[in-house]
Amino acid sequence: MTELTLAKALGSGLRRALSDDDKVVLLGEDIGALGGVFRVTDGLQRDFGTDRVMDTPLAEAGIIGMAVGLAFRGYRPVCEIQFDGFIYPGFDQIVAQVAKLHYRTAGNVRMPLTIRVPYGGGIGAVEHHSESPEAYFAHTAGLRVVTCSTPQDAHSMLREAIASDDPVLFFEPKRRYWTKGEVDEDATALPMGKARVVVEGTDVTLVTYGPLVATALDAAVAAADEGISVEVVDLRSLSPVDFDTVSASVQKTGRLVITHEASESGGLGAEIAATLTDRCFYYLESAPVRITGFDVPYPPAKLEDHFLPDLDRILDGVDRALGRVNSLTGWSA
Amino acid sequence: MSMTVPVKAQKSEAKKQNPEFVQLLDPEGIRLSDDIYDPWVSDVTGDQLASLYEDLIIVRRIDTEATALQRQGELGLWPPLFGQEAAQVGSARTLRPDDFVFSSYRENAVAYCRGVKLPDLVRVWRGTAASGWDPFSVGMATPAVIIGAQTLHATGYAVGCKKDGVDSVAVAYFGDGATSEGDVSEAMVFAASFKAPVIFFCQNNQWAISEPVGLQAQRPIADRAPGFGIPSIRVDGNDVLAVMAATRSALDRARNGEGPTFIEAVTYRRGPHTTSDDPSRYVDPVVAKEWEARDPIARVEAFLRSEGVLTDELAASIQSRADQVAAEFRAGCLGLENPEPLSVFDNVYATEHSGLARQKSQYKAYLEGFEK
Repeated sequence: MTELTLAKALGSGLRRALSDDDKVVLLGEDIGALGGVFRVTDGLQRDFGTDRVMDTPLAEAGIIGMAVGLAFRGYRPVCEIQFDGFIYPGFDQIVAQVAKLHYRTAGNVRMPLTIRVPYGGGIGAVEHHSESPEAYFAHTAGLRVVTCSTPQDAHSMLREAIASDDPVLFFEPKRRYWTKGEVDEDATALPMGKARVVVEGTDVTLVTYGPLVATALDAAVAAADEGISVEVVDLRSLSPVDFDTVSASVQKTGRLVITHEASESGGLGAEIAATLTDRCFYYLESAPVRITGFDVPYPPAKLEDHFLPDLDRILDGVDRALGRVNSLTGWSA
Repeated sequence: MSMTVPVKAQKSEAKKQNPEFVQLLDPEGIRLSDDIYDPWVSDVTGDQLASLYEDLIIVRRIDTEATALQRQGELGLWPPLFGQEAAQVGSARTLRPDDFVFSSYRENAVAYCRGVKLPDLVRVWRGTAASGWDPFSVGMATPAVIIGAQTLHATGYAVGCKKDGVDSVAVAYFGDGATSEGDVSEAMVFAASFKAPVIFFCQNNQWAISEPVGLQAQRPIADRAPGFGIPSIRVDGNDVLAVMAATRSALDRARNGEGPTFIEAVTYRRGPHTTSDDPSRYVDPVVAKEWEARDPIARVEAFLRSEGVLTDELAASIQSRADQVAAEFRAGCLGLENPEPLSVFDNVYATEHSGLARQKSQYKAYLEGFEK
């Protein structure tokens, strides 16, 4: 058991994967001597060589497309996309090739790629460096989409993603890279497809993932001050979504709030609200509530606090689910 | 008969105009000399050339049959290779079984040469499967329909060969239209930087559906590669012998660790883009006639007859063999069974995905309602 930042936990996961399987290769921009712009791959090229940890030309389609060819050759490539907003040049290769090759070839060709994507806002960055594009990929058949919120999950889920015979989009909550936590490399991990009830509660189920798990936990503490018991569920996997765990929680609490940084329309929240309404219709005391980023491009740094769901907006959502005074009822109600 | 093919010290009109253009068998069937490329095919005997001739006849016959099958409603679509037989056969017949091809959808002659079974050529076009064959059984990926995407896959595969320390080569087939796609440029950047043992084999068939090659490139396409640090060869794509020589030289470079080569095989798509296309709206019949005179099969036939290798008897037996292949092909096509309804869910993932499992079980229950 060691205390590591989330970024270091990812690095130790990559290190273990490289040690455990000769077919694991890392590809990306600046992942070699620099160790990646977030230093996640720090020291890996030094220790495993340029043949296993490859700096690539600056072309995301090239990175993903080359990884497809390596997978044909029996390799297990781990691609780093430098920032969320840089993934779009590689979108075609991911959606049209990586996601479909196993299906297209009747299972003859496996695509065990892991595509790591630092994502989300809250770091005061410029355009294209704070986005949450996970819904595009969760919408795409053939991909698995996961995201971690703790150093232990970062380590364990990344190793599981690399070992998976399916392609995995691995979203890393970049503003939580410096969060510290205990990591046991040999721990028996919760499978990456499973959601986790992080805090138990009885009044409202608060579903979230990635960077907002910490915010949701803060909201649960704040709500407790007002006598409201919030159950926080960390989805961990966005494709598939572990609806059994979420349903069990909603059947207990009867109320559902979903929060994510990504824009509202067509987002994961819509999928979860629809499915939970279907599965828990007679348990729900109120309509599911979504607290999300707005349907705007990610705004300039000085406006991001007005885009990102924060503790107060989440609590407002909890109030809506509970029928308490909230922003929609008017404050004088 | 097993003589090696005799060479005559002559230059064709095309060679006089462009000395860099590789042509060993001119449209009249005259064997031209070429100091650089003759050695690459000096071992090819008359019988071997006759065997290539048989391939050309057979793949054209398969192609004709496929178009007929589409016209009869047995295939949803077919992309004819008519006119491009030599470019495909000449290159594919030089490859080893351990080499690996990544192609587009028009490379049915390449697939035939790699040993793809006849009905497997049309599973996609009949709509019974998402692709036709197991790539690892024939050393050829199933076609990429997104234009140019496969060039990156070939590059990655080649990098893998290099890592594995083997001298296998990856070959990417694509057309002139694909060269405008970013993926193709990216593939050349990656291949050059990693010195990947890959051949970029571009069949410049002059057309991307209705768009002439002039819309894709203002200079010969082969001129682009040297800018990436990749040597290129511009070869007569209707000359099976020249294509073979060019491909062999590129394979040799790749196997010796010298990295990628770009081959532009200059040819002509004599048919439509697909059976849904109408070339009469955009093809100049005068130009089409000029290309008909440069047919890839006629020149081999003329040469083989002039050398006495091809007799009427042999020609008839080849034709009869081609008709037999076409009959097998047709029967195989008509014998393809429709997939089971629930197989729509198969192989989306290698391991179970709970969301999809739920949809499958619900749809299964729904279908069972019709059985009652």
